[in-house]
Amino acid sequence: MTKTQKSKDNLIQNPKSKIQNRKVVILSGNNAVANALRQVDPHVYPGYPITPSTKIMETVAEFIANGKMQCEMVAVESEHSAMSAAVGAAAGGARVASATAANGLAFMWEVLYIASGSHLPIVLAIGNRALSAPINGFADHGESMGSRDAGWIQFYSESVQEAYDNIIQAFRIGEDSRVRLPVMVCLDGFLLTHTSENITMQGDDEVTDFVGPYHAEFSLLDPDKPVSHGLSDPPSYYMEHKMRQQAGMEKAREVIEEVGAEYGKRFGRPYGLVDPYCMDDAETAIIILGSEAGRVKGVVDKMREAGKKVGALRLRTVRPFPDEQIVRQLLGLKAVAIMDRSYAPGAVGAPMFQEVRSALYDYRDSAPPIVNRIYGLGGRELRNADVRNIFAELDALADGDATVPVIQMVGLRGEPAPTWEEMRPLETPIAVAAKRGK
Amino acid sequence: MEKVIERMMEVRWHSRAGQGAVTAAETLAATALREGKHVQAFPEFGPERMGAPLRAFNRISPRPIRIHGVVEEANVVIVVDSSLLGAVPVDANVAPDGVILSNTTKSVAEVRRILTLNGQKLACLDATQIAVDCFGMQKPNTPMLGAIARVTGLVALDTLLVEVEEIFSKKFPPKVVEGNIKAVQRAYQEVSYE
Amino acid sequence: MPNEQLTFASKQAEPLAGGHSLCAGCAASIIVRQVIMATEDPVVVANATGCLEVCTGIYPTTSWNVSWIHNAFANAGATLSGVESAYRALRKRGEIPEREIKFVAFGGDGGTYDIGLQSLSGAMERGHDMVYVCYDNGAYMNTGVQRSSATPLGAHTTTSPAGTLMTIGKSEIRKDMTAIAEAHGIPYIAQSSPGYYMDLMYKAKRAFQTKGAAFLNVMSPCPLGWSTEPADTLVLARLAVDTCVWPLFEIAEGEFSLTYLPLEKKPVIEWLQPQGRFRHIFKNNDEGLIDRIQADVDRDWQKLLDRAGDAIPDIAGPVRF
Ligand SMILES: Cc1ncc(C[n+]2csc(CCOP(=O)(O)OP(=O)(O)O)c2C)c(N)n1
Ligand SMILES: [Mg+2]
Repeated sequence: MTKTQKSKDNLIQNPKSKIQNRKVVILSGNNAVANALRQVDPHVYPGYPITPSTKIMETVAEFIANGKMQCEMVAVESEHSAMSAAVGAAAGGARVASATAANGLAFMWEVLYIASGSHLPIVLAIGNRALSAPINGFADHGESMGSRDAGWIQFYSESVQEAYDNIIQAFRIGEDSRVRLPVMVCLDGFLLTHTSENITMQGDDEVTDFVGPYHAEFSLLDPDKPVSHGLSDPPSYYMEHKMRQQAGMEKAREVIEEVGAEYGKRFGRPYGLVDPYCMDDAETAIIILGSEAGRVKGVVDKMREAGKKVGALRLRTVRPFPDEQIVRQLLGLKAVAIMDRSYAPGAVGAPMFQEVRSALYDYRDSAPPIVNRIYGLGGRELRNADVRNIFAELDALADGDATVPVIQMVGLRGEPAPTWEEMRPLETPIAVAAKRGK
Repeated sequence: MEKVIERMMEVRWHSRAGQGAVTAAETLAATALREGKHVQAFPEFGPERMGAPLRAFNRISPRPIRIHGVVEEANVVIVVDSSLLGAVPVDANVAPDGVILSNTTKSVAEVRRILTLNGQKLACLDATQIAVDCFGMQKPNTPMLGAIARVTGLVALDTLLVEVEEIFSKKFPPKVVEGNIKAVQRAYQEVSYE
Repeated sequence: MPNEQLTFASKQAEPLAGGHSLCAGCAASIIVRQVIMATEDPVVVANATGCLEVCTGIYPTTSWNVSWIHNAFANAGATLSGVESAYRALRKRGEIPEREIKFVAFGGDGGTYDIGLQSLSGAMERGHDMVYVCYDNGAYMNTGVQRSSATPLGAHTTTSPAGTLMTIGKSEIRKDMTAIAEAHGIPYIAQSSPGYYMDLMYKAKRAFQTKGAAFLNVMSPCPLGWSTEPADTLVLARLAVDTCVWPLFEIAEGEFSLTYLPLEKKPVIEWLQPQGRFRHIFKNNDEGLIDRIQADVDRDWQKLLDRAGDAIPDIAGPVRF
């Protein structure tokens, strides 16, 4: 069977779907992203293949070859050039999308900052994968977490459906005149990129209409109005330009909520910055992002059936960081674990732990004790039992158990790696609270 | 033995890379979708090497599926390549009320001696022979789907026939389509299990 | 090639305004003006990081009267690929007027021979309709004169210093970037020098007229990095040609032509002597090194003569004009 046939097969219309012009289809994450791109049909797609997001580029190429997209593909010779061409095309007034992962994103690094600093609303899908060394092709948030300060808006998708929905919203959000920033849409390598699920695919017209036409400001391609892109800033201007970038990022908070709400109104699937699950009366909770949020929610359901007041808070965006929403959800809880699928060597805990902890600082007197559980690096399997264990630890923490460690890697085989406490014993939240007389 | 599934069912396929198990898993998912179920289909993660043992997975549920990642404990195990029996642990991590369905020339009793079962059901079918008889190719996937419908009730036979007809008509001449349909029906009848 | 073909250039609007901060005697701005004025179509410029970029685009001012983009050091080729693709995409959909626009990249030797080689190679291989101009001043001048793979044998730079132990300066020969460009099979490749400005403008015009990727390698004397007099810039730009250190030729659709035959082939010593970056050679009386440089030049020049074959111009001097 040829590849062309294969991806067409994935578009099986469900005869039972009553909603006109949209269909329930089975698509892998990569295929769903490619289909969202087909519907948006950006002007230019500069790309370079890398597992696990290769299929996005291949499918887009196929759509173009079969006349289903007008998009110009630029099959560049590296990711550095992919992002460079993206910047050039976007400065030329084009709507631009691409996809990459891991080493590819790392290779783009320099230009990521140029894209955001130049306010170019490029949309980039990331099939999250671990960075080398050791080389590893599996799910891990290391690369996108590493680029979280590159000035891009970042979404982390929980499901194939959400990856599809996020791509469509990303164009609206990034291109909004209040924002004008590039957007990364992350989907976990293999767990989403290679998993086929039933999703609702909106009609092509619905998507075109939702996204709207793109009007770039300051295009290079208007010879009557020459512009200079990428001037160098003396120290007397640089900070003001960074403040402008920050303003876009701050505005993105409301724009993400607006666009997510409108998306919900039109298509029945609303989105916000965070996704609280059973948080209203929760006593303990896990914060997580990406595809394993689904597993945590499943465990929450099971534990709720047994009368446990547990909850889950999924972060949909990491940039902008939804600090207010997090604080609002966490205050009053008895204990919280932040699950990170990345880590930061030499730092105190992984990225999301650091940031949640920092968000809670001003509320420290009413904030729950929090711990960091690092999981799933390089595709290490997470199991329901791991999640249940973390909730058990949270129970202990809530009961004032001073032995619950602050930071821990989940699912380690133990040998030969030392545990976190062996490497560096940190005072536990309970021990610290006791000292502070709490 | 038609059953209606009330909870999420997890399926693990054992095959060899290049034998089309991922496509078969997708066909099973597409059939279940026709019945309004929520579905997942995914391959073993990582690079594929022709001929190497490979697993694929399905989740099929009346409710939205939120979990991702490798199936921890399968309700249904499907062995597409009989040479894998005894070669890879197809009998590991199967739910106690689960079922193992194998393509094999052996009888249920013979296969039982190869595997270690703890109460799971076992079903056997010479799917390769059916495929050869019905459409002249050594492709056991379509007959296996027919047997799945019979043994697991994950999908109904009627829906499966519609799905198979639709998929095969897109790529193959009517003779092959008919052959595949016949293979599904024959497998549905012939699969033996206890 | 009649001169009239370029007379329009004198009536062109200035693409690059004065007041930029390039050094006195820098050839880069001369090259930019001569190249851009050789087309009557509007142009979009991509500029690799380097002296030219840093000295012409400092916020909140710009010297560029044409649309210009600077992205980074290594990616002028890819950046312009993107702009040119946007142009095709937007035109295809009727979102911009049907109007001819030309695309030209300027990169220094560092941005072309070294860090930007891959990006340029990709752009040439993909055949974007663009002109890539390397202004080759033989070192990383913007960062204070470090060696590049375009730095000639024997030149002193801050990273190939002529010392007391290692006395010769750069001990490797320069890479033949023009040949590398040719190896891409693109339709137009040429080597030129602002010393012979008609040659440069003629080639720029042809490059712009070429459909697909064109590459121009242009010698760009640098008073700072070469330790030469600003007033001597064009003298050196001519000496490079007359000593056959920097021969002028073009390869159009695979057809090679020498576009200039020196009246009298001058010895390389005349080229080396006025330049401070070669001073140590003379101080050390390193005639062996001079001989080697001369031998290299002679060999390469002979190769070009052989290649030109019967097409060798029978009159000496700038043959086309
Ligand atoms: C990735 C990267 N590495 C290094 C630099 C520092 N840098 C800026 S310009 C330059 C040298 C430019 O040399 P060249 O391309 O020859 O242009 P010139 O300055 O000589 O005109 C260097 C090393 C940079 N900007 N980016
Ligand atoms: Mg230079």
